[in-house]
Amino acid sequence: MTVIQKKAVNPIAHLSAEDIEIIGKELDAIRDRVIADRGERDAHYIRKVIKTHRTLELSSRAVLLFSFFPPAWIVGTAGLAVAKILDNMEIGHNVLHGQWDWMRDPKIHSTTWDWDHVSPPDQWQHSHNQLHHRYTNVVGKDNDLGYGIMRVDEDQPWHPVHLGQPLWNLINACFFQYGIAAYDLELGHNLREGRHKAPEFRARARAVGRKIRRQVLKDYIVHPLLSGPSFLSTLAATFTANLIRNVWSHSVIMCGHFPNGVETFEKTSIEGETRGEWYLRQMLGSANISGSKLMHIMTGNLSFQIEHHLFPDLPSNRYQEIAPQVRALFDRYGLKYTTGPLPKQVASAWWKVIRLSLPNRRTDRRQPVAPALASSGAA
Amino acid sequence: MTTTVPRSPAKVSFRDRLRRLAETVTTPLLPEDYLDLVAPLRAGAALRGRIVAVRPETPDAATVVIQPGRGWRGHVPGQYVRLGVDVDGVRQWRAYSVTSVPGGRDGRLAITVKAIPDGKVSNHLVRRARAGTIVQLDQAQGDFVLPEATPERVLLLTAGSGITPVMAMLRAGLHTRADVVLVHSAPTPDDVIFGAELRALAERGALRLVERHTDTDGLLGVHELDDLVPDHLDRETWACGPVGMLDAVEGYWASRGLADRLHTERFRPTVISPGEGGTVTFTGSAVTVEADGATPILEAGENAGVLMPSGCRMGICFGCVLPLRQGAVRDLRNGDLTTAVPGDGVLIQTCVSAAAGTCDIEL
Ligand code: FES
Repeated sequence: MTVIQKKAVNPIAHLSAEDIEIIGKELDAIRDRVIADRGERDAHYIRKVIKTHRTLELSSRAVLLFSFFPPAWIVGTAGLAVAKILDNMEIGHNVLHGQWDWMRDPKIHSTTWDWDHVSPPDQWQHSHNQLHHRYTNVVGKDNDLGYGIMRVDEDQPWHPVHLGQPLWNLINACFFQYGIAAYDLELGHNLREGRHKAPEFRARARAVGRKIRRQVLKDYIVHPLLSGPSFLSTLAATFTANLIRNVWSHSVIMCGHFPNGVETFEKTSIEGETRGEWYLRQMLGSANISGSKLMHIMTGNLSFQIEHHLFPDLPSNRYQEIAPQVRALFDRYGLKYTTGPLPKQVASAWWKVIRLSLPNRRTDRRQPVAPALASSGAA
Repeated sequence: MTTTVPRSPAKVSFRDRLRRLAETVTTPLLPEDYLDLVAPLRAGAALRGRIVAVRPETPDAATVVIQPGRGWRGHVPGQYVRLGVDVDGVRQWRAYSVTSVPGGRDGRLAITVKAIPDGKVSNHLVRRARAGTIVQLDQAQGDFVLPEATPERVLLLTAGSGITPVMAMLRAGLHTRADVVLVHSAPTPDDVIFGAELRALAERGALRLVERHTDTDGLLGVHELDDLVPDHLDRETWACGPVGMLDAVEGYWASRGLADRLHTERFRPTVISPGEGGTVTFTGSAVTVEADGATPILEAGENAGVLMPSGCRMGICFGCVLPLRQGAVRDLRNGDLTTAVPGDGVLIQTCVSAAAGTCDIEL
C-alpha cells in the first residue's frame, strides 16, 4: 500500500492490496458499461445544453440593451450570469476534458472549443487535465491544493504570509477567472524564477493577454456601447454577471477537494501506484455536493466530483446515473463518501482556509476544530 | 522603422467591418454559431442539408431526399456526395451517388442507400432516418461521369447499389442520346433497386435491360457478356458494383487492350489479409496507438480520441489525407507499401492505410 496517511485513523487500514485491485476492477466495469451505452441520448443532452446557453446569453444581452430600466437590469444580469456559468461549468469544463470528443463533431471537441474565460483552453487543459487530475491531492504536486497561494493542508508548511489567506481567497473568488489564468500561466512561479523573459512564457502570456483583451472589449466596451443610453447600467450588469459567475465557480470548485473529510497524499505515496490505488486516491481525495438536478447542471456536474475524478472523460450527464453504484462501492468497502449540501461544503472549505491561515499545533491536526463541520453528509 | 504599403480603404469593406464587429460581440463564439441555431442552411454557412423525405425502394434500400443549403453547387450525373450523419450520437461520413437529376425541384438532391449487413450509416439511413434531420454535406465530386459528347453506344454494367450512379445518368436522359444496354445483377427481382422504373424504360424500348437474378442464376461471369451483349467491347462502358466484379471487369477489358473504354467506380476498399501493424504516433497531439495491420489509421486514431479528418472512409474522397512523416503504411486495397523517411511528408489516405511498422502521422 503506497497511500500514506498521517491521520489519527487511517481510513484505508482495513483494505488489503487485493481489495484495492478489486475496487479498481469494479470501477473499470462501471466505466465500460457507460462507454458501451453512450449514444444519441448523450449527444442530444450536450447539444441541448449548448443551445440553451446560446439562447440565454443572446436574449439576456438583448434585454440588457434596455438595462436603464431596473427590471430589465435584473432579468438581464441574472440571465447573463446563468449563461456564463453554464458556459464555464457544464459546457466548457466538460468539453475541454474531452468528454464529448467521441461524437466526432469538430465543433464540440476538446481541440477546438473556446470558452467565456480569460484562460486559453490549452493552458487550462495542461494545468487542469494533465496536472491536477493526475496528481489529485498530492501535496507539492497538485497545485490545485490552494492554487499555490494558500495553505489548505496541515502538512503544508506555515508562513506568516498565510495569515492573509482568507482575504486572498475572497479576492480570488471575485476575480476567479483571472486567478485561474494566472494559475495556468504559473505566473507567480515564473516570476519568482525570473523566467518571465523566456520566449515560451511570453508566448503563453500573450495568449492570455489576447483573451483578456477580447473579453474586456466584449463585456465592458462593445455591449455597453451597443446599449447606448444604458451604457453604464449595462457595464454594471456585465460586471455583476462576471462577479456572480466567478464567486459561484470558486465556491463549487472549493467544494471539490477542500472540505473536511477529503484526504491528501504525500509525494512519495504515488510512486509505483497501481490502477486500483490511483482510483482509491481519487475516491478519497474528492468530495461531492448534494442537491437537485438544476444544482448539478449549474455546477457542471462537479457536484459529482468523486465520479468526475474517477472518470474525468465520461459525459457529465452520466455522473449522476453512476453515483449510486459508486457510492455502494464506497459503502461495501467501508470508505467515506464525502458529500453534503452546498452551503455546508462551502462553509467547511472556508473554515479550513481560515483555520490553516494560522500555524497548526500538533494537536490540531488530529482532531477537527469545528466538530459541526467535520463529518460529511455520508453518515 | 518599417514602412508598409498603405492599404486602400476600399479593401476593408463595410461587410468585413460588420463581421469583425459581430465577432467582437460574440467572442469566443462566432456569429455563425448563433446563426446556425436559426438558419443552418443559409448562404455562407458550412454546407449542410435537411432530409425532407425517406422513400423505401426495396426491402433494404431507400431514397433519401435532401434539401441542401444555399451553398450547394449542384452535381453531374454519376457523381457522389459525402454525407455526414450522426448515428448513435457519433458523426459518420460516407459517400453516396446522387440519384436525382441536376436542377430538380427546389434544388433538392436524392441519394439512394442500400443497407449493408452491419453497415452503421446505411442501416441508419434506410431504417431510422427521419425527415427534418440536418446532415452535413460536401460538394458533389467524382469523375464517374459521361463525357461532353455522349458516345453512340453505351454499356452500363452494374450490381446491387452500383445502379445508383448510372440511374442519375439515365434519369438525365442518357438513353435519349445513346443506344444503351444495362446489365444489372441483384439477388432477386424484388432486390432490383429502381426495378419498376428500369423495366418501364425497357418496355418503352428506351434501353435494353438485362436483369440477372443471382440467387437463382448465380453470379454473372465476364465471359457471359459475349452472349448477353455481343458488341460489348465496342461500347463505352461504365461499371459500378462490388470489388470482385470490378476486378474481373477491369482485368478482362485490360487483357483486350481496351482499358480506356472502361470507367469504373469503386465504393469499398479491397481489404487484404492483415499486415504486421505497428505503433502509430500522431505527432501534433502526442498520441500513440498500437494498431494492427488490418485497422485503418483513421480508425486507430479515432479510437484513441484523435480528431481525424475524414470523408467517405473508403478511399475516394481524400478527405482523410495526412502527411506520413516517417515509417511505413500499407494500402489496404492493394497491399502497396508507402514509406517515408524523416523530412518527407508523403500524403496518405488514412482511411485505407494501415500501419506496416512504426509510423508518425502529422496531426
Ligand atoms: S475518407 Fe475518403 S479517401 Fe479517406
